[in-house]
Amino acid sequence: MAREINIKKGLDIPLAGKAEGKPESINAGLIGICPDDFPGYTWKCDVKPGDVVAKGSPLFHAKEAEKIKLVSPVAGTVEEIRRGERRHILAVTVKPGGDDVVRFESKDLAEKLKLSGLWAMMRQRPYDVVPGEEAAPRDIFVAAFDSSPLAGNVIPTHIAEYLELGLEGLKSLTKGAVYLAVRPGQGLRTKVAKVIDVNGPHPAGNPSVHIAAVAPINKGETVWTVDAGTVARIGMLIKKGYCDYRAEVAVTGPAAQKPKKVVTEIGASLTDILKGELKEGESLRVIAGNVLTGIKVDPTSGFLRFPYRQITIIEEGDKADEFMGWASMNPDKFSIKRTFPAFLKGLQRPFNFDARIKGGHRAMILSGELDKVFPFDIYPEYLIKAMQAGDFDRMEKLGIYEIAPEDFALPEFVDTSKQELQKLTRESLERLRKDS
Amino acid sequence: MKPMFEKGGRFHALHSVFDGFYTFLYTPNETSSSGVHIHDSNDSKRTMITVVLALLPCCLFGMWNVGYQHHLATGECAGFLSQFFFGLWAVLPQILTAYIVGLGIEFIVAQLRGHEIQEGFLVSGILIPMICPVSTPCWMLAVAVAFAVIFAKEVFGGTGYNFLNVALVTRAFLFFAYPSKMSGDSVFVSLGDAAPVDGYSGATPLGQLATATPDNIQILGVNGTPVDFMDIFWGMIPGSWGETSTFCILIGAVILLATGMASWKIMLSALVGGIGMACLGHAVGNPTYPVSMIDPLEQLCLGGFMFAIVFMATDPVTSCRTETGKWIYGFLIGVLAMTIRFYNTGYPEGAMLAVLLMNCFAPLIDWCVVNSNIRRRMKRLAV
Repeated sequence: MAREINIKKGLDIPLAGKAEGKPESINAGLIGICPDDFPGYTWKCDVKPGDVVAKGSPLFHAKEAEKIKLVSPVAGTVEEIRRGERRHILAVTVKPGGDDVVRFESKDLAEKLKLSGLWAMMRQRPYDVVPGEEAAPRDIFVAAFDSSPLAGNVIPTHIAEYLELGLEGLKSLTKGAVYLAVRPGQGLRTKVAKVIDVNGPHPAGNPSVHIAAVAPINKGETVWTVDAGTVARIGMLIKKGYCDYRAEVAVTGPAAQKPKKVVTEIGASLTDILKGELKEGESLRVIAGNVLTGIKVDPTSGFLRFPYRQITIIEEGDKADEFMGWASMNPDKFSIKRTFPAFLKGLQRPFNFDARIKGGHRAMILSGELDKVFPFDIYPEYLIKAMQAGDFDRMEKLGIYEIAPEDFALPEFVDTSKQELQKLTRESLERLRKDS
Repeated sequence: MKPMFEKGGRFHALHSVFDGFYTFLYTPNETSSSGVHIHDSNDSKRTMITVVLALLPCCLFGMWNVGYQHHLATGECAGFLSQFFFGLWAVLPQILTAYIVGLGIEFIVAQLRGHEIQEGFLVSGILIPMICPVSTPCWMLAVAVAFAVIFAKEVFGGTGYNFLNVALVTRAFLFFAYPSKMSGDSVFVSLGDAAPVDGYSGATPLGQLATATPDNIQILGVNGTPVDFMDIFWGMIPGSWGETSTFCILIGAVILLATGMASWKIMLSALVGGIGMACLGHAVGNPTYPVSMIDPLEQLCLGGFMFAIVFMATDPVTSCRTETGKWIYGFLIGVLAMTIRFYNTGYPEGAMLAVLLMNCFAPLIDWCVVNSNIRRRMKRLAV
């Protein structure tokens, strides 16, 4: 019998540009793996330009745990090690060519996961980082759907058959239970994991919501969160000894010429995916991921970023300052508050958002507005204040271990004072982690 | 023009002032640099303007009522427009004084701190004159506004950090510093140079009731004729000029609640607290305190009670921020406002003091509510 969770506090942002139809297959001309996508470790580069790598060969290893690797999703040649300020590695790029595949023969599943790069695709709570080497999670939470704006499939169709096997594998890694969070209409059922049916708006797909409803994290406990796509990859790894690193990506957003779904390698170069998608001469923002948690990337030199599922294209909106924008009666300006007339025509219709923050940064003024999109037994305003003050003790008491930066995405969207809440949460979690 | 105020420009020293005016005229095209890539359209300017909009019915009615009371008191006949313009001219200097002094200080502080100008005073600036007697001298208002903005807001860090409602601190400052100009029967009606009619009394209904004898509880208008409930409800009575009309306050409440800019929980619980106390006072009917004896419904519409619970108690910065806290906070404001009004004959109206007192207690109430959440979390850990 599946457990049911009904989320009431939340918001499905009605962003235009949903990707429909069957995915087309695209072979990437270049692959880039960005170590910054995998917080919790310092990544050391294992390759140099010109090295020939196989599919599954390590590109990075974690300085703190040598067996945990980030691997090349394709066979080919390492082209470049891109560096930023202070020689910080931004990405290692690989030009695909050849079909060598690394087989992971170890009997120990944990070791297999570490070597195959799949370990790095899991996350550990608290702190929302790549799991520690010797971690023994209390439970593992698998999310089989993504509720963020315009999100596509979490499980790539071509590897969906391995999900059950993957769940079995995960079960062997925890003494507790493996939970699988699904939408009731998804038709996913399994005997291996405990199924949770989740109803309601975003953030219904965020693992924090599932954890909070089933068994909240306490200080000292660790819980893993994994997306079901990674679990299917784990299943394939168990069955075949090698891994498929292709992903199903939804190319979405109000500024996408033709929203579409594609199947391509993880870390694929955006120039390949976005062919014909960008309007010439427009100031556009390409986001690797969704509009709430994604990363702004350069469409000419950027790559598909973790969790490798979505690209969103919106207008930058920075052409000109808007004359008396605060007095606007434009019904197409979205606001969940009824200070703008958008609600009169309905808030469910698709809206065209741009990247402007539409106001100045202020101290917290309105009360209760963040709570409306924050479905946790946590007082967000007080947690934010504790984070701003850097008060570790109070952050712990107010429940920081139960959330990840993504949970503050909707509060950040609705915030009248335009505070940077996800950044604050990430920084606070990092400081707490380093302190512990 | 913009580059002249940017770093390295000729007038960089005045950039906060420039930004203040510029962002008022134009919403900047700043795009998100971290976190979410899209934002809700609502910002603090829109929020504050919505509250000002909600205040407009009271403000416009108040202006007309100033003229109406003047003509009633002097026995002159005048049309609607001339009554309105009489009131407008009487209160305009107050409004201008409040804005010039308050915004001036905000501009200076923003410049000193290198911040953007914050919009909080857009609301306070109109609220302050509305809760003062029409005859308040501008210099007094200027001193009070300066005191409140500096000592109740800026020293704590500006809009969003103050724990006392700035408008009420201004009113309280005036009340305690210049009591003779803030109460009595000569400050609430603007007579000008004209002589009043026979039987004239400029006392507010609550002022009259405070000194009434138990066997003669009756509210009279400025020309000595009795006032009925509808006059009180529409607001055609003397008082602090912006807060007499319950009808206009209700329009404001509808605007605030419909746009979600004020908490219905605070308004409702304050109303319940107020009605409860008014009924209690009426039922007990202690003749030593004649104010407590009048009809509860009339009680609600008199004085600044409705204005305080709609516009003052709901100030999100100084009220409770937790939802449970809002119920307690509102209820206690209602009860306290009526209690002070009934049983402290030194103060004919208690709404201002009740809200200010509860402003002080709001953090404590929130602390208790948040702590119960913390205790729940700690208990889970202990199990």
